[in-house]
Parts: sequence; C-alpha cells; structure tokens
Amino acid sequence: MESAELLQRESFVEKNARQRVQHLLDAGTLRELLDPFERLSSPWLGLQDIVTQADDGVVLARGTIDGVAVVVAAIEPAFQGGSMGEVGGAKIAGALELALEDARAGTPVVPVLLLETGGVRLQEANCGLAAIAEIHAAIVALREYVPVIGVISGPVGCFGGMSIAAGLCSTLIATREARLGLNGPQVIEQEAGVDEYDSRDRPMIWSLTGGAQRHATDLVDRLCDDDTAQIRAAIAQAVAAPVADLPRTQAIDAHLARLRGLDTSRRADADWAREMLADMNPAAGDGR
Amino acid sequence: MSTNHYPSRGAAWLAALTDNTPHVDHFPASVRVVDAPLGDIAARYIAVVPDADNAYPRTRDGEVGLVEGWALAQAVRDVLDADAEQAEKRAIVAVIDVPSQAYGRTEEALGIHQALAAAVEAYATARAAGHPVLGLIVGKAMSGAFLAHGYQANRLIALDDDRVQVHAMGKQAAARITQRTVEGVEQLAQTITPMAYDIASFDRLGLLFARLSVANADTPGETDVAAARETLMQALADIGDDDSLAARLDAKGRAASVTVRERLRAQWAGD
Repeated sequence: MESAELLQRESFVEKNARQRVQHLLDAGTLRELLDPFERLSSPWLGLQDIVTQADDGVVLARGTIDGVAVVVAAIEPAFQGGSMGEVGGAKIAGALELALEDARAGTPVVPVLLLETGGVRLQEANCGLAAIAEIHAAIVALREYVPVIGVISGPVGCFGGMSIAAGLCSTLIATREARLGLNGPQVIEQEAGVDEYDSRDRPMIWSLTGGAQRHATDLVDRLCDDDTAQIRAAIAQAVAAPVADLPRTQAIDAHLARLRGLDTSRRADADWAREMLADMNPAAGDGR
Repeated sequence: MSTNHYPSRGAAWLAALTDNTPHVDHFPASVRVVDAPLGDIAARYIAVVPDADNAYPRTRDGEVGLVEGWALAQAVRDVLDADAEQAEKRAIVAVIDVPSQAYGRTEEALGIHQALAAAVEAYATARAAGHPVLGLIVGKAMSGAFLAHGYQANRLIALDDDRVQVHAMGKQAAARITQRTVEGVEQLAQTITPMAYDIASFDRLGLLFARLSVANADTPGETDVAAARETLMQALADIGDDDSLAARLDAKGRAASVTVRERLRAQWAGD
C-alpha cells in the first residue's frame, strides 16, 4: 500500500466510541441518549475502588445513516476493556428493546452495534451475563423486522457473550485489526494451558481469530480496511438491506456432519479452519 | 463417565424428570434429549452431560463445545419445525449443569461462538414462537455455556444447593483477568452481589422464578422430583402470553437495569 494513500485515510480504530458515532451518522442528525451528563455510571465499580465513567463505556445515539433511521450503540474500548457491566449492558439491551417496540409499531429503527468488548465485566459478573442474554434475545426478536448490524473494528475485538451477539447479527463487518472469538487468549491459556493456546503468540491468534480469517470462513460478512469512509459505506449498505434469514446459524446439519468426521488430534491452523468451514452457509458468497 | 468429575447432575435430573424415558438417539452422547410429558403437556427435555469418550478433549466434562452448540440448536429446532403448524406448542425444559464453554484452539478456530449463537437463536426463536421454555439449574450454570443452554428461557428455576452456581468465569481465570488473587475474588464475592458464585446471591438479583429446596440434589428422590415438577408447572402457568424476558427485571435486584430502561424510554422518541 502506498504511504500517500495511508496518510489520506482516516482511521476508525483510533477513534473513541463517541467519535465513531459522530462519523457514522448523517450530519446534524445525531441525538445522544443517556449521555454522560445523565451520570448513569456503574453502581458496582465504586464499591471495588475502581473509577467509574459517566456513560459506563457505552455511547447510544439515534440519527440517520444515508437517510435510514438508526440507533447506534458504541462500546468504548478504552474503558474497562469495553466490558459489559450492568448499566452499559442495560443501555444496549434497553435500546434494542425500544427499537423492537418501534419495529412492531411500523416505525423501524435499525440497530448498529459497535462491538469492541472483552465480554462480561467480571467486576459485575452476573449482571453483565444477564444483560448479554437480554441483548441476545432482543437481536433475535428484532431480526424479524429489521437488519441488525454488527461492526468489529479493533483494537479490542469482540469476545465472550458478545461474540455470540456478533454471531446473531444480520450483517457482521470487521477489519483486519479486529478479532472475533468466544474466549480471550488469556482465558484459554489459563484454563487449557500454554501449549493449547499461547496468549503472547499474536500471529497465531490473528491467524485463527482475526477479521481476515473470520471473513474467509464466512463468520464475518464484510471485511473493511481501517478506513472510516469505507466502514461507513459498508454500514450504510447493510442498514438499507432487506430483512433475511441468517445463513450462519441455519447450517446445523452441515456443521454437525463435518464436526463428526473431524480429526481432533490435529493442531488447528488457519488453512485447515478455512478448509473445514468452506461452503458451509447455504447463501455464502452472495453479495460478498 | 469421567472419573475426575462428580456424577452428572444434569443426567440424573433429566432421567428422574422423565421417568427414565429413553433419549432420542440421533444426538451426540454429550447432548441428551428426551421427549416426555410435563404434567398434562408434551415436553422436550435437554441436558448437556459429560462424555469421557468425547472426540473433542476440551469437552469431556460436560462443557458446551462446537458439537454441543450445534446439537442444542438442532434439538430445539426439531421441536420448532415439528410444531410449526400446531396451536399447542410443546414445552422445552433445559436441565442445566454446565461447568463452562469449551476452552480450546480447535474450538476457537472453527468458530465456537457461532455454534453457541445457533443454540441461543434456536432457544430464543422457540420462546418467541410460543413454546414455553423453562430452565432448571441443577448444578453449574457458567458463562457462555449458560447463555447457550438455558439463559433464553422464559423462566429460570434453581435448586437451592451449595453446588449450584451461576457465574461468568471460573475463579482462577477471573482472578487473572481482573489482576487479583483468588482470595481477593472470593472476598469481593461476599459483598458484591453480582460477583458471588452462590445461588442465593444470584436469586437476590431477581433473575429466578423460584429457588427450590430438595433433599438430595445429586440423586433426586421421588419427593424431590415431584417438587421440581410442581415448580416447573407453576412456572409454565406463570408464563401466560409473555414471550419476553421482562419478568427478570427486578426493581430491587437490578435497580440500575430498571432505571436505565426507564430513563432511556423517556428520551427515546425525543419529543
């Protein structure tokens, strides 16, 4: 890539959550909900001598993207690793639940989720987990009426219960900088040992869970450069797309058949994963 | 069955609740599916159980792995499809004793998050389609495994027992990620309700329909099974037309979750 081209490009990954929202929404349409002046911060972090944040690390805003009414929920990667606490989780779940009411009333609002999150905030463990179950429920219910868009740009990536939420999105957009996986590298290393998964082996981790690999295995729909204009264009296209079934969760028989015959003694690498996950989704390849 | 693991409560309760009805045979050994009545209505009971011979080494103690995630989705989807034209929808009872999701390299490489998403979607879709979905926690209900198997239920019931636990992560890993000692995590769990591992603390968050005392949680006797059935049927009646998870929002247990939603609603329309 030419350095001149790189210099012209506006990074999305380097922006914070509020800046990301500002760059996505049509000019003059942004209306933040439960902004920091509402002072809805975590009731649990302070009890553990951890500094709270007045928006609990989730920025919610309504507005339009190329004229389509949307609600954007952006998780702030710089606050507690983008973790889901009670308040931040309730902001996302609550927004999705209200979007569902609107969709049922015939005034659809398309949710766009910027998923920079390590998953449950362990300092609020069961409240975070409960909120994530509510987010899952709302995404599934919403998809009957509107597309639900997920974006994983990096630098944190998307892990834990929120990776399941990503797997439920109608369109999932990622960059090469992003990672998507159920378990974070440190947790796997702790539970299964360093031979199973070396949390410091970054090339291995990106080769298996990075955005490019997830796109090559149809677990991500669109791969974008770290370029705000390009990511915005991909989101604009996705929010205007018609409601459709989600091929990624439908291919149950195909997955079970392939998993049954799998050589589980083999050490997984990127090429093998691409082979194992090839042609799995009924509609894979369409419009990609 | 694995020898380094206590006998599966999931398997014990599944057999007891269904009077030892044989399980549906086309599922993997780690996902046990039984069709049997709950009171007057037809039901499908589902449990994830240990399988010492599981081809996937990270999934031998009852964890939810790749195969389990997709198989759970299939167990629920089969019921959805079979009852699609029926007015009366079968109940689905998730019997929950899951120590964790599978932590492994193969699992991550092949997209275990998507397998769990398929299971979550199946349960949520069944609930929305009018199937009463009940979750009975008889052992551990941990993290991603619980999200995939039970947390989408209309109503959750838990045995009131020391070995019944709900949490987002095991203590060792939670300590590492939060840069604390295990003792530090245990100490905080005593005062911070959502950090606790015990079921009484979980109940205080308002997420349970009922906490059920039994004489023997490992090998339930007749009285225990009768009590569990009674509570499951009460939960069934309580669901009515509610196909959402709203009943879990308890103003005392999760005050902030309620406040956030109220204030968000007030700002939502912007007029």
